[in-house]
Amino acid sequence: MPVEQFTPGSAAVGGVLIGSSVALLWLAAGRIAGISGILGDLLNPGGEDVVWRVAFLAGMIAAPWLYQLAGSVPPGGGPVVGSVLLAVAGGLVGFGTRLGNGCTSGHGVCGIARWSPRSLVATALFMVTAAGTVFVVRHVVGG
Amino acid sequence: MRVFIVFAAGLLFGLGLTVSAMIDPAKVLAFLDIAGDWDSSLAVVMACAIPVAAIGFRWGPRRGAPPAGQCGGWGIDARLVAGAVLFGVGWGLAGYCPGPGLVALGLGRPGSGLFVASILGGMALFELLGVRRAQRRHAG
Repeated sequence: MPVEQFTPGSAAVGGVLIGSSVALLWLAAGRIAGISGILGDLLNPGGEDVVWRVAFLAGMIAAPWLYQLAGSVPPGGGPVVGSVLLAVAGGLVGFGTRLGNGCTSGHGVCGIARWSPRSLVATALFMVTAAGTVFVVRHVVGG
Repeated sequence: MRVFIVFAAGLLFGLGLTVSAMIDPAKVLAFLDIAGDWDSSLAVVMACAIPVAAIGFRWGPRRGAPPAGQCGGWGIDARLVAGAVLFGVGWGLAGYCPGPGLVALGLGRPGSGLFVASILGGMALFELLGVRRAQRRHAG
């Protein structure tokens, strides 16, 4: 595991871009930029507004191409766990975000920006649980 | 026209995740590993995203009214807690949450297809189990 470097500059720029996206989606369409909700409601038979959901997700998927067109290599690499763990993690993320109605973006950014008590609680819980999971995996099991 | 603005918003979101390296699961896990070589970059991303988003919500339409797609209408219940905990375990296992998973899929990174498919599987299972109640929209 390579030592990760603290990158406050790019983190700040990225954060402002993400916040701008949230603001733009709200101002232009009156929608919350919560990724799990945008994705999950496509699966819901009664789901609404397929067009804007697909447009937003298409923008997200196209974003790294734009980044590459600008001559930059997207940072980071692939998964750090094997396929089985990756699939289990994805299943938990999918099920959990539907049950709890939000993920890092919907609760962590949008909800907190709206000062939603639910989102504050959810964000605190998933941060603590995720950190606890990493602690167990890295320092208890893998120690 | 509006659909292009929404597409642009998606682009901005994906660019933000890319620029900040939040699409790198190793970096996300380094944030979550508080007992290890802690990298607080993710906190900086959120600390910068939240005020900008808050300005948008403050200026936006329907101020004061419960917005469409927002979860704030319900209380803090067992469902919210269980969902956040399950999501947290999944996030901590792989270092991927839904947004970065999608951007990684756009890049064709190894494992990203499996991860996104598994998210969809988990969501589909949720729908099948009928846990879902009357609410059709949420913070996501």
